[in-house]
Amino acid sequence: MKEANLRFTKLLVLVNCAVPAALLAWDAWNHQLGANPVKFAILTTGMSALVFLMLTMLVTPLRKISGLNWIISFRRTFGLYAFFYACAHFLIFFALDRSLSISGTLSEMAKRKYLIVGSTGLLVMVPLAVTSTNAMIKRLGGKRWRALHRLAYVAAVAGVIHYYMQVKADTRQPLAFMGVLAILLGYRLVVYLRQRRPNKIPSNARCKANLPKKLSPTVVLDRTFPSHEHVEPKSPPNLPL
Amino acid sequence: MLAKKLSASEVTDPALYFNRRNFIRAGILAASAVATGAVYRRLNPAGGGEVNTPLIQGVTVPAPATDPSGFRAADRQTSLQDITHYNNFYEFSTDKASVAPLAANFNTTGWRVSVEGLVKMPRVFELDDLLKLSPPEERIYRMRCVEGWSMVIPWVGYSLSKLLDAVEPLEEAKYVAFETLLDPKRMPEQSAGVLQWPYVEGLRLDEARHPLTLLATGLYGRALPPQDGAPIRLVVPWKYGFKGIKSIVKISLVASQPRTTWNSEAPREYGFYANVNPHVDHPRWSQATEQRIGEFGRRPTLMFNGYEEQVGHLYAGMDLRTNF
Ligand code: HEM
Repeated sequence: MKEANLRFTKLLVLVNCAVPAALLAWDAWNHQLGANPVKFAILTTGMSALVFLMLTMLVTPLRKISGLNWIISFRRTFGLYAFFYACAHFLIFFALDRSLSISGTLSEMAKRKYLIVGSTGLLVMVPLAVTSTNAMIKRLGGKRWRALHRLAYVAAVAGVIHYYMQVKADTRQPLAFMGVLAILLGYRLVVYLRQRRPNKIPSNARCKANLPKKLSPTVVLDRTFPSHEHVEPKSPPNLPL
Repeated sequence: MLAKKLSASEVTDPALYFNRRNFIRAGILAASAVATGAVYRRLNPAGGGEVNTPLIQGVTVPAPATDPSGFRAADRQTSLQDITHYNNFYEFSTDKASVAPLAANFNTTGWRVSVEGLVKMPRVFELDDLLKLSPPEERIYRMRCVEGWSMVIPWVGYSLSKLLDAVEPLEEAKYVAFETLLDPKRMPEQSAGVLQWPYVEGLRLDEARHPLTLLATGLYGRALPPQDGAPIRLVVPWKYGFKGIKSIVKISLVASQPRTTWNSEAPREYGFYANVNPHVDHPRWSQATEQRIGEFGRRPTLMFNGYEEQVGHLYAGMDLRTNF
């Protein structure tokens, strides 16, 4: 995609992600949040957080399947908006439902298990938001950053379970979210298993098997590679003997 | 000459070109924002609309606000708008704001209520005859939903005991069972399996005979709007709102405790009695406080929803933790 078009598309996404917040604020200003405004605001921000978590997780599969690499530029936007809506969701609950009472919030959490699950989701999103900048990606290194950001799966699972646990009887919507999440996680599982398949046997076991019996394998490996993880599985090393 | 003229008209002025592109982009931006807004509104309806059911003639006011009968709560009344646009009525929608629009065209012509079972005079009432059985009274009751919110509603109706007297329950009758209309064509969500349809509820006979127990046919001086249970519903102000069954077609007097909808759905969460009780929590949330619709912040929930003086004796000696 051309640079100028990409910039416009980014703006498009940025603006659209803010629409729920803008409408919520507008409706609140005009007293149009219905009979139970606080509850309404809690529900809509929670719903938005969940939708954005799903969108965040949709980016990678969509990119791999469609081959449209520029989609990746929206993953961070979606993720940060998910965090933003989840924070708003919690703060509205804390400030307007619990009247800023910490003990009131904690005692309510003790009674409502789904709040503990939701809080887990929100808490794991904090390090993700903090490490979302380019500078942080560099500092952590791609590998560690990616590993850390798998916490997004935890947030999404916690969010969906939190939703499922609090509905009274009509579980259709939370189950629909669960279905979507299952597909998104299933995709990753398939990718992971496919990448693993060519090397089912652990790499160091193979190296050991190839070694002449009289040599101590650990010593050799340690001399060649600082740690076992660095053994490149695809091409068994030529042992320097 | 000619060639020069042509090329001049073919090349669009760059300023114009960029203006047009910006214009298109602004259009795309606006259109996409509107589309996102529409999705948001669909996922999160806030509700709204008018109420225009007919006024009920000759409503009487039974007793002053200080009367120990509890007929007229002194609390500030919830607005008609909120009472009619924040409804739990799963036959139409599980979303409280969506009930009013979906129930708007609910047709109640030719409505009949069968009163049957262990009674001396079983009878199928035409709605009009049922409405005329006793003069309509205004009763201002607190309503506490099991979900933790509450309203104050000026109902119109008469004590259920008036109807029970008319059909004369037999000696063996110990409970009263109620049933909502079953008609998926008129109540579309009955085709979904969220609850077991029809909705059924029940009371012990002494609870049903208590003067506070109301057969309601209106609110705010008007006939009941569909979303609040037209044309006739039950109101039991000291119990959680789900006991107040709506759009009743059958009332039977029975010998043993009848099956009730929410109780059979989740027996650990919703008891048969379902008396408002701030000391017995719902397994998934606290019942100590409530959000009064129209107020800011939560208020403490009262024992028996503030009707302890009137109804406490019905439960003397009962363990309200096990009989929740
Ligand atoms: C990953 C973070 C979270 C997500 C994705 C999330 C999502 C949701 C969703 C989808 C709903 C239901 C909305 C609906 O019914 O339309 C909800 C409800 C709710 N959430 Fe969260 N939530 C999160 C964290 C939290 C936290 C940290 C708290 C507070 C400690 C919280 C408190 C609530 C409350 C009070 C409700 C409303 C329950 C009710 O009264 O019906 N959530 N949330």
